[in-house]
Amino acid sequence: MLELTILLPALINGLTLGAVYALVALGLTLIYGVLHIINFAHGSLLMAALYGVFFLNTGLGIDPYAAIVVMVPALFAAGYVLQRSVIGKASHGKDQNVLLVTLGIAIVIENLALALFSADTRTIDTPYAFEMVDLGIAFVPLPRVIAFIAALAVTAVLWFIIARTDLGRAIRAVAKERQGARLVGIDVDHIFAMSFGIGTACLGAAACLLLPTFYVSPGVGHVFVLIAFTVVVLGGMGSFVGALVGGFIIGVTESLGGLLLGESLGQIGIFLIFIAILLLRPTGLFGSRLS
Amino acid sequence: MTALLEVEALRAGYNGVEVLRGVDLRVETGEIVAVLGSNGVGKSTLNNNVCGLFRPYAGRVRFDGVDITGADPKHIVAAGLIQVPEGRRIFPNLTVRENLEMGGYRRGRSRRAQNLERVVTVFPRLKERLAQTAGTLSGGEQQMLAIGRGLMAEPQLLILDEPSLGLSPLMVEEMFNLVRRLNADGLSILLVEQNVVQSLELAARAYVIENGRIVLSGPAAALREDPALRKAYLGM
Ligand SMILES: Nc1ncnc2c1ncn2[C@@H]1O[C@H](COP(=O)(O)OP(=O)(O)O)[C@@H](O)[C@H]1O
Ligand SMILES: [Mg+2]
Repeated sequence: MLELTILLPALINGLTLGAVYALVALGLTLIYGVLHIINFAHGSLLMAALYGVFFLNTGLGIDPYAAIVVMVPALFAAGYVLQRSVIGKASHGKDQNVLLVTLGIAIVIENLALALFSADTRTIDTPYAFEMVDLGIAFVPLPRVIAFIAALAVTAVLWFIIARTDLGRAIRAVAKERQGARLVGIDVDHIFAMSFGIGTACLGAAACLLLPTFYVSPGVGHVFVLIAFTVVVLGGMGSFVGALVGGFIIGVTESLGGLLLGESLGQIGIFLIFIAILLLRPTGLFGSRLS
Repeated sequence: MTALLEVEALRAGYNGVEVLRGVDLRVETGEIVAVLGSNGVGKSTLNNNVCGLFRPYAGRVRFDGVDITGADPKHIVAAGLIQVPEGRRIFPNLTVRENLEMGGYRRGRSRRAQNLERVVTVFPRLKERLAQTAGTLSGGEQQMLAIGRGLMAEPQLLILDEPSLGLSPLMVEEMFNLVRRLNADGLSILLVEQNVVQSLELAARAYVIENGRIVLSGPAAALREDPALRKAYLGM
């Protein structure tokens, strides 16, 4: 029988992991919900963001958490420009083209990273990497506590933008009724690019929260893209709440799976969930609405 | 004197195939002008080319003296030419209030609150449903919402594309009364309809489209008596 003293930390660990997964998945689900495309470049953009945080830290001595104020705008701008000048233009409005274009972007970014940075796995050192926080029920590494709180804060900001601002209303309007949107004077191409930009801005935040406890390598995006897809499919494509709940479920599954089956098998639970969802409830837990 | 809307020798269609083969039409300030024609003659094609959703093959569209041929819809909306499209095209996932607010996204933005008050005075039924998701409204309510959303942009000219489509006879009556009232308040309206009898009662002038061209036009009172029109559209 497992002791509570082992189970609780694993559970909390899973929740902290899940919050960051949710953030990555939110970006993916936002882009899907509005543009109706699956962004295969999501993982490699996260990888690029992780390198950004890495070099800001090792090169300029900028703390990874402080780097949020650089990385979020930078990834937003990258996403906006990418959608407006490459993806939107190259796809000519055909969804299958978009798929190939994002796949192509992923390959280009990954090979650039390989050429520039080699396949080495890199980590950063922070003074607080091994600091523990006493939550009363368990000790949790400080970076994970920060990641958890910050990921939820970013999610709250995102929710506010989508639910309560004119930009958010326009994003939701375009997601469901493009013709109607154009008739009220919404610039649909601009809103597409804004959605894509906000989706990738999530990756900028996620990268800052991840790197203190994680690593970066040219292939690191794959780890997350698979998890993010699972979260999105689990929660329901395009669903905001779904991404959040799905993120937590996957985070906890991975953490408890690792505890029960060992590190190397921990992720098996994720794939089992992925397959089960596709078989039993292909629309996910929260349907297909962007709200 | 320049008209509010002037369409000149407009040719338009899809994938190179012409639907409209030279359409001329004008709307003066303060008028209700009806565009009539049976299903599939190109009435919506005309609207959508005027409003910038599609680019015409040839011809000119002038609004308030400015050439808007092929302009981006956002500029056309900003100029005050607002279309309430066939099929309503409301945002089903947004609330009624949000739909109305989006009507003032490009134009009338600073007076949104007042405009929203005005619109719900015109449509009291929308007022009760402001917090409701628009997709759950009845067909008649959705049509009201679509018109209300159009009014939020403080239109100079409102194009209504088959506002009576799919409504019960009672609702159709209410819709035409509303159009009359809006016009009495000074709004210029281009009413696109298949409902010939009621449209001709309402409009000052009308155009009839057939085979991609205007085949009849003139004062509504005269068209009502036109033997060719009575034969073709009223079965008399
Ligand atoms: N988006 C489109 N693509 C291709 N053909 C279209 C499109 N919209 C309408 N059409 C065709 O153009 C013709 C005119 O359609 P439309 O303007 O909608 O007629 P109306 O509004 O008078 O009923 C029809 O033959 C219709 O099938
Ligand atoms: Mg039509």
